[in-house]
Amino acid sequence: IEAIRNTVEQVKLLDRFSNKSTTGTLHLTATHLIFVESNILHHHIASVEKLSLTTSGCPLLIQCRNFRVVHFVVPRERDCHDVYSSLLRLLRPVSYDELYAFSYNPKQNEQQRDEGWQLIDLGAEFERMGVPCDQWQLTDVNRDYKVCETYPRDLYVPITASKPIIVGSSKFRSKGRFPVLTYFYQERKAAVCRCSQPLSGFSARCLEDEHMLQAISKANHNNRYVYVMDTRPKLNALANRAAGKGYENEDNYSNIRFQFVGIENIHVMRSSLQKLLEVVGTRSLSVMDYLVGLENSGWLRHIKAIVDAAIFLTKAVTVEGASVLVHCSDGWDRTAQVCSLGALLMDPYYRTIKGFMVLIEKDWISFGHKFADRCDQLDGDPKEVSPIFTQFLECVWQLTEQFPQAFQFSEWFLIQIHEHIHSCQFGNFLGNSQRQREELQLKERTYSLWDHLLSEQQLYLNPVYSPSFAETHPVLEPSTQPWNFKFWRNMYHQFDRSMHPRQSILKNTVMLKENSKELESTVRELQAVIYLCKTYLLLSWSYILSLYTLPVHSVHPGKAQEDTPVGSGEERTVEGSSATENGYGEIKGSFGSKSEPAIVSLEFGVARMTC
Amino acid sequence: MEFAELIKTPRVDGVVLHRPFLPTVEGTLCLTGHHLILSSRQDNTEELWLLHSNIDAIEKRFIGSLGTIIVKCKDLRIIQLDIPGMEECLNIASSIEALSTLDSVSLMYPFFYRPMFEVIEDGWHLFSPEEAFKDLESMTDEWRLSEVNKDFTVCPSYPSLVTVPKDIDDDTLCKAAAFRHGGRFPVLSYYHKKNGMVMMRAGQPLTGTNGRRCKEDEKLINATLRAGKRGYIIDTRTIAVAQQAKARGGGFEQEANYPQWRRIHKAIERSNILQESLIKLVEACNDQSNSMDRWLSKLEASNWQSHVKEILTTACLAAQCIDRSGASVLVHGTEGTDSTLQVTSLAQIILEPACRTIRGFQALVEREWLQAGHPFQQRCAQSAYSNGKPRSEAPVFLLFLDCVWQILRQFPCSFQFNEHFLITLFEHAYASQFGTFLGNSAAESRVKLKLSRKTVSLWSWVNRPQELERFVNPLYEPNSLVIWPSVAPQSLLLWEGVFLRWNRSTKFLDEAYEEMVHIIEYNKELQNKVNSLRRQLAQLETEDSPLQTP
Repeated sequence: IEAIRNTVEQVKLLDRFSNKSTTGTLHLTATHLIFVESNILHHHIASVEKLSLTTSGCPLLIQCRNFRVVHFVVPRERDCHDVYSSLLRLLRPVSYDELYAFSYNPKQNEQQRDEGWQLIDLGAEFERMGVPCDQWQLTDVNRDYKVCETYPRDLYVPITASKPIIVGSSKFRSKGRFPVLTYFYQERKAAVCRCSQPLSGFSARCLEDEHMLQAISKANHNNRYVYVMDTRPKLNALANRAAGKGYENEDNYSNIRFQFVGIENIHVMRSSLQKLLEVVGTRSLSVMDYLVGLENSGWLRHIKAIVDAAIFLTKAVTVEGASVLVHCSDGWDRTAQVCSLGALLMDPYYRTIKGFMVLIEKDWISFGHKFADRCDQLDGDPKEVSPIFTQFLECVWQLTEQFPQAFQFSEWFLIQIHEHIHSCQFGNFLGNSQRQREELQLKERTYSLWDHLLSEQQLYLNPVYSPSFAETHPVLEPSTQPWNFKFWRNMYHQFDRSMHPRQSILKNTVMLKENSKELESTVRELQAVIYLCKTYLLLSWSYILSLYTLPVHSVHPGKAQEDTPVGSGEERTVEGSSATENGYGEIKGSFGSKSEPAIVSLEFGVARMTC
Repeated sequence: MEFAELIKTPRVDGVVLHRPFLPTVEGTLCLTGHHLILSSRQDNTEELWLLHSNIDAIEKRFIGSLGTIIVKCKDLRIIQLDIPGMEECLNIASSIEALSTLDSVSLMYPFFYRPMFEVIEDGWHLFSPEEAFKDLESMTDEWRLSEVNKDFTVCPSYPSLVTVPKDIDDDTLCKAAAFRHGGRFPVLSYYHKKNGMVMMRAGQPLTGTNGRRCKEDEKLINATLRAGKRGYIIDTRTIAVAQQAKARGGGFEQEANYPQWRRIHKAIERSNILQESLIKLVEACNDQSNSMDRWLSKLEASNWQSHVKEILTTACLAAQCIDRSGASVLVHGTEGTDSTLQVTSLAQIILEPACRTIRGFQALVEREWLQAGHPFQQRCAQSAYSNGKPRSEAPVFLLFLDCVWQILRQFPCSFQFNEHFLITLFEHAYASQFGTFLGNSAAESRVKLKLSRKTVSLWSWVNRPQELERFVNPLYEPNSLVIWPSVAPQSLLLWEGVFLRWNRSTKFLDEAYEEMVHIIEYNKELQNKVNSLRRQLAQLETEDSPLQTP
């Protein structure tokens, strides 16, 4: 660390899309790059590039995983090189111990930390779905990660699936990921199960695996048919057959309906996002180049494919009451996307803040989505990196646009979660599997993101959320007309202030709602004081006042203070010069002035009065 | 001519109406001189009342003896009528065709429409040049109101009163008019109070191929500059298009003759290209079978968003010259009645907070579009479903509204009106019971058609408190600043409220909007309550109590 060059002065930050620039001092710490008011976590840095020297200095281009692109100009080349090489050393951690989560300390004691980790209980979640039940049971077959090391310890299987069947089936599936329950649709007793591809090659069969599917079919009395959704394009699945993998042969499995869905693989998705970012990162972009680029990137087509698959799953379960088995190749990318998005469409609980955390914890974290590899947490294979989870968050965002009242959270919640899959500040997303997380002793050594997000959930609330929407629309039926899929500007340009609306409806509505809460209590308190005044008119005014630490100015005669409407003062960020960077970050701050006439707890006053 | 001659079959029973996202209705179809009416004769079912002038095109289909008429409206809606009986269907179709393409303006519905409401404030007299000039006079004395065009002879598309520099006499104006396309000599469009800079608009100068010049024109526009100041001429055409215009007697200002002015060329397309763009866009939006890629490529091919961006960029440039560079601006294209008005009116939205109020916006439309001679009747004769070769139809005003909507989206708290208001203006520009958008110029509408006496103004209706309520933006907080919109393609959106209006259900979006309105109103209610309680408390405090002093 001592070799790190940590302070360079007179550094210029160029705005990506305008000709604006900021000059200031650049600091490097062990975990952050600090410049004026912005901090960049080293873990967020995807690449650092030294561009060729210009007259004003040496340009340094930093691309971040949260889609921030920072363009510094360092006056002296030597300094630039120092910063560059320091960053290179800092941003490629080779072991987990170097990650920020292991040094991050939010000043919580051990008990608070443990409580944070206990917030999400997947056992309770399956109970909420109605599992175990007469058809589904908890199996201890994977207690010690012996059958499948990328699965969690606790797994739910049909009661008729015996241990030999499970073990046999797991041997016939990629990475041992045999069919297990991930969501149970209680109303129709239909199950959503997940697994990896079968090792069928051109003709191989496995009786245990066939029994396993049979058991899933038997567990559903409403509909004997089990849809098997292979989320890959047919061509990819065929190619896998040559490698001794492949897909289920309908002739060998009774009562299955086999279906390809056609979601592309991680490599296609990675390059798609890259293309998208290249296009939208162009300066002075024309509308034509933008739309052509958007189309050529294929990004929105991929997003739509995932949503389409989730809708297919949802219809099979909720309309036909059929159980569905979802897989792709290894069953931790596309399968996770489709299962989690499907559950979100079927179950309003997952559209709440807490429920969404549970959903991510279940379908992504516990079932072994390889966050470490996909998010490039350690210096690893660049071919393993892919924005699979980002796509899931985007699909959810697209749904929030169609169903603005169905979700308890706003898009800032999604963006904040995205921020932390890369930040490595919390333990939740570290590593590739539950087993690895246990080995890393994350629960003892790091903190949980969910605790942190819940503690500031005020920032992420959707002001127009209607809990009753869930009653009238338990199952969401989104439209898949292409125009419903839009470019998510607030995600991919979250740091490019000039792109965004200069006034935000969301922020405004949130502020008004918060303000109303305060006003409600002010009203109650004023009413009580007035009541007391009337009752105790005999007492001197000043005596009453002395009982309540009422700010005198607010009740001073003739000075009845008018509350100015919210937004008339703070919201003057119009010319784009002072738009807040993250939007949500300032909600609280900009409120301070309004909450001023705070009146001290009345219950206390009443108590004193009566005694 | 009697309408009855055109109506071959006035009514047919058993007609089935299909509308997007609404249940089908079976009932009786009636044709009147101005309306197509479908009534189910049941109390609780909505009836269809469609103005013939709202019909853009119709298509007929037959399956056996069941005929189907597809009615495509100028507001972009498509409805289907199943009519039993081939003859009835053919009669209805030809009647609709005849009634929806009446040539004579005086047969239009506004001349027959009698308001069902009491006109409290007559919209025809709300926004006169005299009124606008009074405001100007309170800020500066450098301008005068000229009556040079009182007979509409100097410039047939200008109003009878125009604002010009004080030192320029009517003779000079007449000579300058002779040098400008359509007689549209430079007149004041906007005065920027903050720094006294102005925006003028005109038709192109008629320099022709041999570079004619006109001393009076030069004198006129130089008179708008403060001593030692320079100005910008924004030509909304590319230099190539402007060059070509010379061959037809038009052209642009030569630097040599206008040394104090810098000319900037932009690239706003001409009307026939805009019309084509609209047709393609609407076609793309109506195709329900699009894949993601096809949708994006059709959206791109329509070029609509490019036009939006170009117009907005040009307006921002004009506003920037005025507000940031402290320079005056002269805007023109070819005729000065289309792209010119888009630019001058949008620049005012950006610069002038008053234009962002409901009244102010009406005044802007009145001043910069109706009185400035935008040929509404020609431009809005047909909308996106016209299949014939466009004559002079073009969505110039719709593009302006789209640009306003884009700014509204970016500054959702700075406008007193909401999206619904803009959509309403779009509808009425194309088909209306009101006379406001009839005719092509002040001369035609005021004098020839006597609109103000014979028809009702749209503003008379809009400004009724009952109607106004629907157009108010609940988030509005007056914002006295200049608002600079982002024109990055990522910041520009498809105006779904117009283009997808009939292709998607907006139930959930509408409910969410209602909820937002509710939150805002509840907050206001609480504010009032707190204030009144505070006053009550203050009152109590001052009330003398007999036992106040122990």
